[in-house]
Amino acid sequence: MAKLQPQAVKQITEIVERYKDEPTPTMMILEDIQKEYGYIPLEVQELVSELTGVPVSDIYGVVTFYSFFSMVPKGKYVIGVCLGTACYVKGSQLVCDKFGELLGIKPGETTPDGLFTLDLLRCIGACAVAPAVSINGKVYPQVKVDNVKNIIEEYRAKEAN
Amino acid sequence: MALVNIKINGQPYQVESGLTVLEAARKCGYVVPSLCAFNHGKCSLASCRVCLVEVVGARGLVASCVYPVNEGMEIITNSQKAVEARRASVELILSNHQKNCLQCPKQGKCELLEVANIVGARDQKFMGEQTPATVDELAPGLMRNTAKCILCGRCIERCKEAHGISILGFENRGFKAIVAPAQNRSFAESPCLQCGQCVNVCPTGALYENEEIAKVDAAFKAGKKVIVQTAPAVRAAIAEEFGEPIGTTGTGKMVAALRRLGFYRVFDTNFAADLTIMEEAHELLERITKKTAPLPQITSCSPGWINYLEYFYPEVIPNVSTCKSPHMMMGAIVKSYFAKQHELDPKDIFVVSIMPCTAKKYERQRKEMPEDVDAVLTTRELAKMIKRAGIVWNKLPDEEFDNDLLGEYSGAGVIFGVTGGVMEAALRTAYFWLTGKEYQEINFTAVRGLEGVKEAALNINGTEIKVAVTSGMANAKKLLDQIKDGTSPYAFIEVMCCPGGCINGGGQPFVKPIFLPNEDDDILDTYRAKRASVLYSEDERLVIRQSHNNKDIQKLYKDYLGEPGSELAEELLHTSYDANRARFPEKK
Repeated sequence: MAKLQPQAVKQITEIVERYKDEPTPTMMILEDIQKEYGYIPLEVQELVSELTGVPVSDIYGVVTFYSFFSMVPKGKYVIGVCLGTACYVKGSQLVCDKFGELLGIKPGETTPDGLFTLDLLRCIGACAVAPAVSINGKVYPQVKVDNVKNIIEEYRAKEAN
Repeated sequence: MALVNIKINGQPYQVESGLTVLEAARKCGYVVPSLCAFNHGKCSLASCRVCLVEVVGARGLVASCVYPVNEGMEIITNSQKAVEARRASVELILSNHQKNCLQCPKQGKCELLEVANIVGARDQKFMGEQTPATVDELAPGLMRNTAKCILCGRCIERCKEAHGISILGFENRGFKAIVAPAQNRSFAESPCLQCGQCVNVCPTGALYENEEIAKVDAAFKAGKKVIVQTAPAVRAAIAEEFGEPIGTTGTGKMVAALRRLGFYRVFDTNFAADLTIMEEAHELLERITKKTAPLPQITSCSPGWINYLEYFYPEVIPNVSTCKSPHMMMGAIVKSYFAKQHELDPKDIFVVSIMPCTAKKYERQRKEMPEDVDAVLTTRELAKMIKRAGIVWNKLPDEEFDNDLLGEYSGAGVIFGVTGGVMEAALRTAYFWLTGKEYQEINFTAVRGLEGVKEAALNINGTEIKVAVTSGMANAKKLLDQIKDGTSPYAFIEVMCCPGGCINGGGQPFVKPIFLPNEDDDILDTYRAKRASVLYSEDERLVIRQSHNNKDIQKLYKDYLGEPGSELAEELLHTSYDANRARFPEKK
């Protein structure tokens, strides 16, 4: 725990405080931390364990059970390619491969500049516009392999400005 | 308890309400095989799906380990449907199980194999990919192989129940799910106490102790003088390994077996337990009279407890006695006093401790005392060695420990193996030192019994001394929090890591009903008391009941150590603790 900044300790303590009256606060605390920092490393889990009395192994179990939580920092833009049934039959695997090829990363990884993370999703409920890609919550409908380059460029351009 | 009428396989029975179907069936004489269920539905997540039975009117088959009986229930345990479903459950478990049974550390004691035989599981009925495995062999005490884990969750529940720390937990999901310390770390790189309670409940070879038999073999081969000592709790349980009922005394036969295994001397750790009492009672009196260190003083015999102390309560370290644990003291004395008197080179001596404990394997490798003991074997490992040597337990005579400088031991030493024993032993001696006379009744019965926390007040020369005894870290926590808050009313506290003390240690023979058809149904509730009674009756039988009356101890102080707390005693018999132990150190 020594590695955490005092400011982070303070902020996480505040998050834990928010749910002090909840009978089972673990999920809510972790959700807030995930939103705030983008990931939940072991040091943070230890701190949450200390503050809540929930064993580290339990917290770690929750973090590794739900794909929403991450143990490593995610990129600024999280590209979620839907591999649900509808998107898959419409060729989303090829879209996914193209993202991976152009960004030089595998699914689950983050680009070295910290800009993009490539995630695989299982049905985001946008089957009508399959194959769908979601970037930080914004859904791109009917994405074709040829569109991939443009989408990436869009965000690169945004960063350049 | 109210009774309910049920039918099992067409026969009418009356059973207590509140029982699970599994328990009720067992009471009525039907065993339903199960893997995740342990005791009274405890340790059970109904995860293994092996204990399926038919209940008339219920939707589908039910998991009998969690399904409660109720009035008029009709249960069928042996229908084709139930039998086939149980077999399929086991076959599915086996499809993701490393089946190299010959190399398995739990060989012969594997519940999975036993259950597979019972249900008639067919070999390789289901085949496919297996979950990526982790083998953790870094920790000195405990090891873990996830390829043998069936995800029953018994270990997780036991750790939580006994110690409240829950080192092990489920990780990942679906096909990749494993049971592991956080981050799938080694036990050596997590705040694990290495007490071995998880090993005792694990139904397969997924959790096991770090076997050191090979080290002992190598010492014999190298021609060393291999000296063995046995902890008090070992004699209370070792006979179980040879088919005797739980609660059988094994002292005499165990000594005979050790002699036949070729050990140079067969000593009893009880001698060192007496020595511990001399040092610890002295330390307590110093704290009370000279205020050398804070009160309450806490015992230090249990290495699992010391691990807990360093990881979770470093603030309490000043309260803990600096005494080494008895077997480490024994090692230190064998390699100094004993070696000197016999003109032996300590380098030629190899000290083996037979312990009911896996944490002792860790303890002997602590940097504070690296040379004292060379190998630690559990009770189970000793039984393995005896069987390997072809020694027939039932034909062994009862023999006595070697009476050579370190031979005599008192009843006070014997009861070290059970919760409350160290306290009682210390009180016998402290009472004598404070009043100049022996405590008339000898037994301090107030500190006996298997409750999680016991208290007693003792009037010595008009001063009331309050003491407390605890076992299991979940229980100890309350007492430790009091100390942290400065509200502890006690002068002396005994802490043992395993619930019930060393008799229930992580190195003791497994108590698994499936392998104990002749024990009563409630054996999981009674085995600790049965083992404890072995020690209390040995204490009763001995002429010398107090540590300070042990003649060999008196001689050791007279000829060598001087007096309790002397400079030499400090050097040989005392140790220190690490207040800065990281719970999750950098991974190696």
